[in-house]
Amino acid sequence: MITDLTLLEAASALREGEISSRELTRACLDRLIALEPELHAFLHIAEESALRQADSADQKLIEARRSGQSAPPVLGIPLAVKDVLAVEGLPCTCGSRILEGFVPPFTATAVKRLQEAGMIIVGKTNTDEFAMGSSTENSAYGVTHNPWDKSRVPGGSSGGSATAVAARDVPAALGTDTGGSVRQPASFCGVTGLKPTYGRVSRYGLIAYGSSLDCCGVLARSAADAAAVFSVMQGRDLLDATSQDVPAAAVALENGGNLRGVRIGVPKEYFIKGIQPAVEGKVRAAIGVLQSLGAEIREVSLPHTGYALPVYYLIAPAEASANLARYDGIRFGPRVEGGHLWDVFYKTRGAKFGDEVTRRIMLGTYALSAGYYEAYYGQAQKVRTLIRRDFEQVFTQVDAVACPVAPTTAFPIGAHGDDPLAMYLEDVFTLPANLAGVPGLSFPVGFDAGGLPVGMQLMGKPFGEEKLFRMAHAYQQATDWHTRAPNL
Amino acid sequence: MPPVGDRNKQKKVIILFMPLTKEEVQHIATLARLELTAEEMEHYRGQLSAILDHVARLQQLDTQDVPPMSAVFSEEGHLRADESHPSLPPEKILGNTPHKADGQFKIPPVFEK
Repeated sequence: MITDLTLLEAASALREGEISSRELTRACLDRLIALEPELHAFLHIAEESALRQADSADQKLIEARRSGQSAPPVLGIPLAVKDVLAVEGLPCTCGSRILEGFVPPFTATAVKRLQEAGMIIVGKTNTDEFAMGSSTENSAYGVTHNPWDKSRVPGGSSGGSATAVAARDVPAALGTDTGGSVRQPASFCGVTGLKPTYGRVSRYGLIAYGSSLDCCGVLARSAADAAAVFSVMQGRDLLDATSQDVPAAAVALENGGNLRGVRIGVPKEYFIKGIQPAVEGKVRAAIGVLQSLGAEIREVSLPHTGYALPVYYLIAPAEASANLARYDGIRFGPRVEGGHLWDVFYKTRGAKFGDEVTRRIMLGTYALSAGYYEAYYGQAQKVRTLIRRDFEQVFTQVDAVACPVAPTTAFPIGAHGDDPLAMYLEDVFTLPANLAGVPGLSFPVGFDAGGLPVGMQLMGKPFGEEKLFRMAHAYQQATDWHTRAPNL
Repeated sequence: MPPVGDRNKQKKVIILFMPLTKEEVQHIATLARLELTAEEMEHYRGQLSAILDHVARLQQLDTQDVPPMSAVFSEEGHLRADESHPSLPPEKILGNTPHKADGQFKIPPVFEK
């Protein structure tokens, strides 16, 4: 099937004229529409505009063939976009009732760069409300189902994007990662997902949750595919003052590469009680593969790892409480009428925010309120410095650290019921990268006894994405876990 | 497990462990402009107290000489030139609400008569 092609395979077929972008886009749309009743990966399907973009990509492909010029590898490739990234003209809800009906008048920079390179936006994917969650169960528009076991969650908050890639709806999808929201669903769904360095990809048009943590990332079927998308979307943007000016090295992944001279650290704080034996076993086996490819493996320590959860659950809600103050029923989204302006605020926000978002707004408001600011937010910012120093220290000894993405494989829908703390614990291994601002790459390294994917995470130095891709690519050349597809 | 601090620090932790009162939850909801029912208040009172109990472990760390990390990278040298750029046109900005008049957003009265 044409939808089984990886991004780079499809790119080559498009370049050679073996397939057209319209054929590929039509096949992706047919597949995702057919699977939607069982998976619910999408909140909006952009059939018409996608086919229009595909026709225009086909013109450019013909032109490139005729002139002999090289086309960008993403030209004509379908892409799904998480519904917290604005795409002009397509509805954007962030999985929330408070943005029901909102159609952004602008496009996120990361998306715009990919569109300009010729990618086709087929739709917007489901997410936990405002990207707050680890299961996609917090979406106001229904849960997404894990394609490997439909009774289980796909992870979150980029669960719709992870599902769409795993189900072969699309070769690649965009996600966002504030505390693990690309890496954990990538792990639960058996795909490859990158959280870039903070500031490597513009946040313009990424609807803000935690501004000092938010990153726009990519999910695909391999490190090589993800790298092709990442290299187009990264780079300085005048519309995001925190975006960084880094030389835009094209990610060149040579085949048959080895890892001689690469030092990989194994942080002991990431192999703790409570981690599923299958997860630990598969991750340790994968570290063995990296070693057999030539990498030098060392045990290292990130001593403040245990504080990442409390630091994150003060800083992220504090930033969220400020960022979500803009939803007031005045300029966009539904308005619940009231006699006085203040009544509109109270009623609209009270009625339209979901449970988890309300909880985090309240938590953040409390942490920032007079009398508690220093004890909570101030202290969290200081401990965040200690967490970052842990990474700086470790990266003087090794090039990357390897660890599990999450303590478990995908859990059943409803498993964490009404226990927010239990859900927060899903993020223990992904939060530190966001707090330190370093990149993290998640990729499949096997399956548990129930046939659920297990992921491993490599974290690297700031702006060291290329190195992470190279390591994962070497691993994926030596193994075939990333080529396994769920039975759908 | 994180190290346990000295007696003074432990005392500080115990103060923070105190569950939130109904009045505190009401105060937070007011600050955050959220209209909540009595049941919702009670629901969040319990859950927020449990979360605050969990995060209180940060008090065990001595951070006297640690600077706060308020941003990942300094914004110095990253500001663009102070030149005007075109913004979105008003009709696009007003395109997401039915509550508008004369090129402006329409809101209920703010001042009492």
